[in-house]
Amino acid sequence: MFSIFRDLVRYNVEFAIGLVLVGIMVVFAGLSFFSPIDPSLIYMTIPDQPPSAQFWFGTNSRGQDMFWQLSAAFKNSLQFGITVAVLSRIISITVGLAAGYIGGWVDRVLMFVNDIFVAVPIFPILVLFYFVLRNHMDSFTMALILACFGWPFDARLIRSVALGLKHREFTRHAVFAGMSTRKVLLEEHLPYVMPIVFATFMNNMLWSIGMEVTLAVLGFTNINNPTIGTVLYWANSHSAMVVGVWWWLVIPVILIVITFLGLFLLAMSMNEYIDPRSRLRRMGA
Amino acid sequence: MQSYLWFAGKRVLQLVAVIFFGVSAMFLVTYLSPIDPVEQVLGRLSARSNLSPEAIASTRIALTEMFGTGQPMHQQYWNFWTRLLRGDLGASLMAFPTPAMELVMRGLPWTLGLLLTSTFITFIVGNLMGGLAGYFQNNRLFKAFGIVTMGLQPIPYYIVAFVILIIFGFLWPVLPISGGFAMDVRPGWTLPFMLSVLQHSLLPALSLVLVGLGGWFIGMRALVSNIVTEDYVTYAELAGVRRDTIVGGYVMRNALVPQITALAMVIGGVFSGTIITEQVFNYPGIGSLLVDAVNAGDYSTVLAVCTVSITAVATAIFIVDLLHPLLDPRVRAE
Amino acid sequence: MTRENEVILEVENLKAYYQMNYFGVSREVRAVDDITVTMRKNEVYGIAGESSSGKTSFIKVLAAAIRPPLRVVQGTVKYNFSNGPIDVAHATPEQIETVRWKHLSYIMQGSMSVLNPVRRIGKTFQDFAQRPLGLKGEAFEERVVNHLARLKLPPDVLRAYPHELSGGMRQRVTIGLATVCHPEFIIADEPTTALDVVVQKEVLQLIRDIQTEMGASVVFVTHDMSVHANVADRVGIIYAGRLVEEGPTRDMFFAPKHPYTAHLVASLPRIGDTQQRPALEGRPPNLADPPQGCRFHPRCPLAVDKCRKEVPPMEVVGPDHRTACWRWKDVEPLVNTTAPAGVMA
Repeated sequence: MFSIFRDLVRYNVEFAIGLVLVGIMVVFAGLSFFSPIDPSLIYMTIPDQPPSAQFWFGTNSRGQDMFWQLSAAFKNSLQFGITVAVLSRIISITVGLAAGYIGGWVDRVLMFVNDIFVAVPIFPILVLFYFVLRNHMDSFTMALILACFGWPFDARLIRSVALGLKHREFTRHAVFAGMSTRKVLLEEHLPYVMPIVFATFMNNMLWSIGMEVTLAVLGFTNINNPTIGTVLYWANSHSAMVVGVWWWLVIPVILIVITFLGLFLLAMSMNEYIDPRSRLRRMGA
Repeated sequence: MQSYLWFAGKRVLQLVAVIFFGVSAMFLVTYLSPIDPVEQVLGRLSARSNLSPEAIASTRIALTEMFGTGQPMHQQYWNFWTRLLRGDLGASLMAFPTPAMELVMRGLPWTLGLLLTSTFITFIVGNLMGGLAGYFQNNRLFKAFGIVTMGLQPIPYYIVAFVILIIFGFLWPVLPISGGFAMDVRPGWTLPFMLSVLQHSLLPALSLVLVGLGGWFIGMRALVSNIVTEDYVTYAELAGVRRDTIVGGYVMRNALVPQITALAMVIGGVFSGTIITEQVFNYPGIGSLLVDAVNAGDYSTVLAVCTVSITAVATAIFIVDLLHPLLDPRVRAE
Repeated sequence: MTRENEVILEVENLKAYYQMNYFGVSREVRAVDDITVTMRKNEVYGIAGESSSGKTSFIKVLAAAIRPPLRVVQGTVKYNFSNGPIDVAHATPEQIETVRWKHLSYIMQGSMSVLNPVRRIGKTFQDFAQRPLGLKGEAFEERVVNHLARLKLPPDVLRAYPHELSGGMRQRVTIGLATVCHPEFIIADEPTTALDVVVQKEVLQLIRDIQTEMGASVVFVTHDMSVHANVADRVGIIYAGRLVEEGPTRDMFFAPKHPYTAHLVASLPRIGDTQQRPALEGRPPNLADPPQGCRFHPRCPLAVDKCRKEVPPMEVVGPDHRTACWRWKDVEPLVNTTAPAGVMA
C-alpha cells in the first residue's frame, strides 16, 4: 500500500497535485485547533474589513475574522465528509462483498435493494428530513442519513470485484484449506478491494460535502455551526456581493474549488492506477 | 419480442418498488417526526384571519387523515396511500387554498424541461468529446476540453451556478439571471414568450451542463480507450474500414451501451442539482417551490414535491432502462 | 499441385522492436530480430513458434498493422501485388489503404471477438468490402450472398448479430469477410485455436479450398504443428524473434535440420503412443534480454561453446531448405518410425 502511494506521488502528476491541494486544505483546517477565537461567536472584531496584514481573509458583516471562521468551517466540513465516507464505506463493503461472494438469492435481493437506493432522488428526502426535524437535525444526524444513501454505487463496484475474486485460484485454495468464509473475505479479499475503497472514499467525500453545501446554502441545516455551506449562507443573507464585501464569498469559493479539485484528482488517479488498462494506455502514449 | 416483454416486466416491478419504497420512507420520516404537523399548520392558518372556515376545516380533515397522531400506524399508512393515489394532498399553505398538487403540476414542466434538455445536451456533448478524446489521444483540442470539464466536474452544482450568477449578474449582465420568462410577455404559445423562456433557461441550463460534462467525458474516454483495443476495432482498422465508420459504428456505438446504463444511474443526482440551480436563478420549477414550501412550513406542498420528484425520477430511469435492450442486441436475446 | 515460382512477398532483414517507457523505466523488446524470408504466389506458408516467440509481432508487420509501441527498426517487407509493388513497412497510410482487403487481407485470431457485437453481419460486410469491391446495392448483395454460399452459409446470416451464430459459423463468416474481395495474399493468424476439433478440421479444409480456388497465397500462423502438417506447403519456425529453420513441410517433419524443429516435431502425439512425450526444458528467452550467440543454446541438447558465442547464419541445407544452426548435420529426427497423424503425402 505504501509503495503504491510512493509510486503515485513520483510518477503521477495528477496524484501529486491532488495531494498538495488536499494537504494545504488539511493544514488550513487543522489550524482551527489553535484558533484564538471561538468561531461560533459573532461581533468579535470590526465588521467588513477587507483582507489585510491583520485580517488575512478580511472580516465579515457579522464581525468574524474570516481566516479563523473559514479554518473552522473547513475542519467541520472535512470531518463531516470523512464521517459520511467511513459510515457508507462500511455499508458498501459489507453489501458488496456479501453479494459478490455469497451470490444466489442473497445477491439478487441485495442488488434489488441497491437499485432502489440508486433510483431514489436523495435531495428531496434530505429536505424532508430537515423539514420535520428542524433544529434537531445536527451534522451527525445528517451524516447518518447521507451514509444511508451514499453506498449503492460503490457496493456495486465492490461486488463486481468480489465476483472476479471468487473465481480466482487462490480463493479455491483457501476454501479447500478449510478457511471460514469470514476469514477468506477479511484476509484474502479485502486487500484487493482496499484501493477501490480508497478511491471511492474520496468520491464519497466530494458528494457528501457537496450535499452539505447545497443544504446549508438554503439554510436547511444548523446555520450556527460553521461549515463551508453555512459561511456561504450567511454571506448570501447579508447580500455580501451587493454591498461589496466580495471577500466573504470569493475566498470561500476559491478554497472550495481547491478542496474539491484536490479530492477529485486523488480519486481519479487512484482509479486509473487500479484499472490496469488505463495504465497500459499511459504506457502506449 | 417475448424476451423484451419479460425484461420490461422486470423493470416495471422495479419502478413500482422504487416508488413504494420512496413514499414509504417519506411516510416514516413524517410519522417519526417529533413535531405534530396538524397543530403546526392549523396554528399558522388561523393566524391569518381572511380565510374561509370551510377551507380550514377541509384542511384539518386532510392533515388529520395523513398525519393524525391519534391513529395506529398501519391505519395512517393506509390513509396516506389512498390520498396519494387520488393525487390529493390537501390545500397548500403558501397559496391557500390552492391544492398542493396543483402547485407542483405548475412547476413540473419547468423543472422537467430544464432537467431533460440539459441532461440531453450534457450526454451528447460529453460523450462525443470524450469518445473523440479517447480515440484521438494526442489531439490538443480534445485534451484541453477534457481538462476544463474535468476541473468543473467535482465542483458542487451550487458553486458553479453561483459563480455564473456573479459573472452574468454583476460583471457582464447580458443574460437574464432570474425567473422563467420576462415580466412583460404574456405566457402562451407565442414566439416572444418562447424566446423569453429560452433566454431565461440559458444560464440555469449552462450551469447544469458545465457540471455534468466532465463525468460523461471521463467515462466515455475510459470506455473508448478500452474498446479501441478490442479485436473487432483492430480488425476493422486492418480492413481499411472508413475512419468515421470505425469511430461511430464500432467504437462509440459499443461504448454507448454502458453509458446508457450510467445515464439511468445519474438522473437522481442531476435532479438534486436542478433543484438547487432553480433556487439560485429563481426559476419557477418545483425546486424553488420546495424551498419556498419548507420556509413557509407548508407540509402538503413539501410532501407533494417529494412524491412527484420520486415518481418522476423513477419514471425517467425506467424509460432510460427500456432503451438499453434496443441498443444492445445481446440483452434482447437473454 | 502446381506451383508457380513467382514471389509475392519478400521480407529482408526485418527488425521490429517494442519500445516502451513506463514509470521512468524504458524497455526495448526485440520481438522480430533480423528475419529474411520470401513467399511465393499460390502457396500456403506455415509459421510456427511458441507463444511470445515474436510470431505475432512478425504477423503484425506483414499485415501492415504496425502501431506504437511496436516499431520497424530496419528492413523491408515488399509485396508484389498485381497493382504494383509496395513496401508496407515504409509505405504511407494512404498507400497501404490501396492494397488493404483487395490485395492483402487478414483472418484474425479469436472468432468470438473480431465481429462488432452490436452490428449485423450484413452491415459489417458493407463496411469491409463495399469500397474495395466498388459494388453497390443489389450487385454487392448478390456478390456477398454467392460468396457466403461457397462457404456453406445461408443468406440469413447477413441479418444476424454475431452472438446469434455458433462458433464455427462465426469463423466461417470471418473467413468470408477476409476472402470476399478475392485478395492475393491472406494472413491467417491462429484461425483454428479455440475451436473444437471437428470444426477445426472443417475450417482448415475451407481455407485450403478457398485458397486453391482463388489462387491466393496464405500465411498460416499457429503453434500447432499438426495443423501445419495438414495445410502448409512450406513451414518456417520462429524462435525468440528469429527464423531458425524453413523448408518444405515433408522435409521439416521427416528431416528437420534444427534441434528446435526436431523437438517440435517429436512432441507431436502419434497413433499408438504409449509413453509421454519428452518436454523441452527451460523457458523461452526473455526478448528484452536475449542470450548471446544462438538464442536456443540454453535449451539445446547439442549446444557447444561456439553456439554460446556466435550467432549461426542461415545455411542452405537442401532444396528450399534453410536452417540457422552450427550443428545441423548432427540433428537427428527424434522419432522417425511413423509419420505424424495426417501429414499429406
